[in-house]
Amino acid sequence: MNNFTYQRATDANSALRLFAPNAKFLAGGTNLVDLMREGVETPQTLVDITRAPLAEIQELPDGGLRIGALVRNSHLAAHPLVRERYPLLSYAILNGASAQLRNMATTGGNIMQRTRCYYFYDTASHCNKRTPGSGCDAMQGFNRIHAILGASPHCIATHPSDMCVALAALDATVNIASGSGERTLAFSDVHRLPGDTPDLDTNIHAGELITSVDLPAASSELPSLYRKVRDRASYAFALVSVAAALRLEGGKISDVRIALGGVAHKPWRAAIAEGKLRGASPTFDNFSAAANAELESAVPRSGNAFKIELAKRTIVDVLSELAGPGDVK
Amino acid sequence: MELTNVSLKVNGDEKTVAIEPRVSLLDCLRDHLHLTGTKKGCNQGACGACTILVDGERINSCLALAVQFDGREIVTIEGLAQGDHLHPMQQAFIEHDGFQCGYCTPGQICSAVAMISELEEGMPSAVTTNGTTELSDSELRERMSGNLCRCGAYVGIREAIHQAYGALAK
Repeated sequence: MNNFTYQRATDANSALRLFAPNAKFLAGGTNLVDLMREGVETPQTLVDITRAPLAEIQELPDGGLRIGALVRNSHLAAHPLVRERYPLLSYAILNGASAQLRNMATTGGNIMQRTRCYYFYDTASHCNKRTPGSGCDAMQGFNRIHAILGASPHCIATHPSDMCVALAALDATVNIASGSGERTLAFSDVHRLPGDTPDLDTNIHAGELITSVDLPAASSELPSLYRKVRDRASYAFALVSVAAALRLEGGKISDVRIALGGVAHKPWRAAIAEGKLRGASPTFDNFSAAANAELESAVPRSGNAFKIELAKRTIVDVLSELAGPGDVK
Repeated sequence: MELTNVSLKVNGDEKTVAIEPRVSLLDCLRDHLHLTGTKKGCNQGACGACTILVDGERINSCLALAVQFDGREIVTIEGLAQGDHLHPMQQAFIEHDGFQCGYCTPGQICSAVAMISELEEGMPSAVTTNGTTELSDSELRERMSGNLCRCGAYVGIREAIHQAYGALAK
């Protein structure tokens, strides 16, 4: 690991002041320290933000919740208000990593974590995300874990988070501070598709700091499920995951949220499937048609064609379980 | 490179070390404080051999920079026994052959000790449906999934943790 200057921030403002060119904010460190050890990240300065007072979970006046950027994953998943109102978020987090890592990892850090593409991690490989213009060894390589939706000729990496898949389905917003003030991003605008600039994971710029994540009241207490399909039963990244919520009124679908993990460069909100289902009857055929429509644009690589069918079946299965045994043929 | 003073309370003793900021908490414990009970397995957060307790919570010390933990209270495998009297989790691992080569064992034991605290605090896991007080086999497997054993001593590990849980749970 390269050496670096260590700075300790006492609050968000001091963190922003201490930020310098080639600096990184350091929170739980579970991804950044790992990437530094591999030589993928080589910051000259680390600004440790873990002592900033950003670890609170507060109720918002409208009934939503504000989650401080430094709330650790384990605490977020166990918080009574999260379990009661946003169990989807709790279960998604608990399906990620291990207890030890969840005790370290933070809300903001989880959003900012980088892909686990092998070729991104291996500095001897070509990777447009790590070294723009160098090529992508995943295209013709071992790409079983890679993207099937929204990829580009330059990058087929996936975003590895479980937590973010739930946040996408819950219509979360992310509050960001910088030297020039504060702004709020809709969760679907936080992460990017790779396009021609796969080196940019998010629309959060260098020197900007996530201070909190808001969960809207409208997403509270939705009947929801998180299902993660992976190579072992625990402590593995998703091949495909589905965060879904479904509300029925008068036998019709009044609210449906579907987000997919493990399939794209960002948590994939399945807007096409949702559009087909809103107002429809909760039947197996409708769920299948919606899943097929969502995956119509999927592009398989040599090792991951199975993900297309896996994603479809997981969507249908989760929606069928949410609709209840009486409603689905 | 400039050295930074880091003060840690390790197994009840106040320690101060002068280290580079890039030194992990694991390397600080092993190479600077000569507490080699905590093991370096993968050094990338994938195996759990380096699990220690910080303020009572389990973490992977390989992914932690020691400088971040200035002023914190740390317990390693060396700090669990009281003199010659083994911690009930240590005793249970011996009684149930909860290891073969022993390399993952300090991490397994520290992890299991913290897991029981988490259960008592009502923390859920991915397999928790209603309540969290019972340590079923599926709960145990899920909650201990961050600790790998390449020898495959899982049957003994599971039995040891069940026994210690019976002795430790209030």
